[in-house]
Amino acid sequence: MKSKFALYSLAIGAFALGMNGCGSKKEETTDTSAPAATAPAGKSVDSATAGEITGSVTLDGAPPKMKPINMAAEVTCAKQHTSPVLSEEVVTGDKGALANVVVYVKSGLDGFSFPAPTDAVTIDQKGCQYHPHVLALQPGQDLKVVNSDPTAHNIHPVPKDNREWNESQPPNTPPIDKNFARSEIAIPVKCNVHPWMKAYIAVAPNPYFQVTEKDGKFDLKNLPPGTYTLVAWHELYGPSEQTVTIGPKESKAVAFTFKASAPAAD
Amino acid sequence: MRSSKTTLMPTVYNRNLHRYAVFTACCTFLLLIAGALVTSNDAGLSIPDWPLAFGSLNPPMVGGIVYEWSHRVMATCVGLLTIGLAVWLWMGDPRVWMKRLGLVALGGVIAQGILGGMTVRMFQPPAVSAAHATLAQLFFSTVVAIAVFTSEWWQSDVVRMEDTGDPPIRSLAVWTAGAVFLQLILGAAFRHKAFGLDPHLAGAGIVAVLIFMTAGALKRRFPSSQPLRKSARILHILIGVQLLLGGGAWWSRVYAARFPQPIPVMVLLTVTHTVTGALVLAATLVTTLLSYRILRPGAVVAGSSSTSEQVAS
Repeated sequence: MKSKFALYSLAIGAFALGMNGCGSKKEETTDTSAPAATAPAGKSVDSATAGEITGSVTLDGAPPKMKPINMAAEVTCAKQHTSPVLSEEVVTGDKGALANVVVYVKSGLDGFSFPAPTDAVTIDQKGCQYHPHVLALQPGQDLKVVNSDPTAHNIHPVPKDNREWNESQPPNTPPIDKNFARSEIAIPVKCNVHPWMKAYIAVAPNPYFQVTEKDGKFDLKNLPPGTYTLVAWHELYGPSEQTVTIGPKESKAVAFTFKASAPAAD
Repeated sequence: MRSSKTTLMPTVYNRNLHRYAVFTACCTFLLLIAGALVTSNDAGLSIPDWPLAFGSLNPPMVGGIVYEWSHRVMATCVGLLTIGLAVWLWMGDPRVWMKRLGLVALGGVIAQGILGGMTVRMFQPPAVSAAHATLAQLFFSTVVAIAVFTSEWWQSDVVRMEDTGDPPIRSLAVWTAGAVFLQLILGAAFRHKAFGLDPHLAGAGIVAVLIFMTAGALKRRFPSSQPLRKSARILHILIGVQLLLGGGAWWSRVYAARFPQPIPVMVLLTVTHTVTGALVLAATLVTTLLSYRILRPGAVVAGSSSTSEQVAS
């Protein structure tokens, strides 16, 4: 009995020591088994025949009233704002233009390869909010996380198809560099220190993507002729798809409309 | 005569040990509150590293870090208290099973610490988080049991009574405690996104029925037994409160869903519902212990389920 107890104690102790090797920063790096960033070379786009898809995204109906964010739990956050801060779940411009929509080409580019861009995309934590609220990049493209606040944050993306990570970022520390290996639309990002902080990172499968601003407009240039599935994704209203065919040097306009009364099911 | 005195094995009641056990149980209850606050405020991963916090033992106490770090500090205190309890029981309690129970409590708190670290390192996988929440309740019940077993009442001569009802109180109490434990697992699984709500709702119905049956049988059969009557009253109060809190917690979660952050009413109701669940488990466990301590099975008398068979001493 005593020897069994000693054995169990040793096992628990060994397990606890083994935990020290788990979840370390070394493991929170790019998954090297991912195909997207290291795909074999394929066709490249011929600018002489490339066309474009332009368009707009609008919200049909009165947008939901955004709730104010209560930053009283941390004075450092609250005093950076002179007016009430609202949730950014639904942001509209004139005539129902819908911002923060990720528009991207989901399919139709078989045979083409697109190396990851070398320029980094930056997300900044300022005023205890993420800027931008929605961003897009490609698999393997660098994401630079900056903390411009005088307080500590943790940056915690919660992906389904990529490796999850969670890192602390005290004030006045260097940016954190990460990337995501697989396309995924979209990865929620949160800060558990400040639970109102939310952002979304869309890892698009190819370079044809854009996040709409308050004018709701998008313009996907340099698309080879073909038939594409175009998707507009919003964090509350979910995805909406359309099939678009463009010919050589053709420009086609597409309009996406989301209904304000029909948020996507959780 | 259907009552008899009971003589226990020789033991020495240690008032200080009992008080220490009670203190540990109270601190554990506060730790449960701290843990529930972490979950309800979504602060579980506000400190990405473990066992240190932001690489030190003195993290910036802002936002969610306040909840998570406080929880870790309180857990450490409860761990130290449990070590003391296990050592004291080993050295000072002549009952071999009590020495072992102290070690069980110690093993529980160590396992709980490991699970807590795993929730951080593995980014809160639902199964691990639910296991951490469930073990917390079990550990609390263990410490409560130690407090009961070290009490003067438990170690004194107790007038035992015969229970000729059907089903026996002992069986009812065990089933009820078991059902409550399963219900807590379902609640933890829902809270940590391993299951949906439906199993927990169904469990609530079963638990309520069992608690009413047990408490009702206690009151009917042993109206003059003060410990059993008190136990029944506590069960009635707790299940009533818990059902109301459950409804309130669910309403508050639906209401709070479109707010950009956890809101105070949701945090209050969900935390209170969680820790009241722990109290329900402890109460059903104590009822079970009392039923084994005070009652002994008797021959079932036909039609005796609502008849008190107790004879006052």
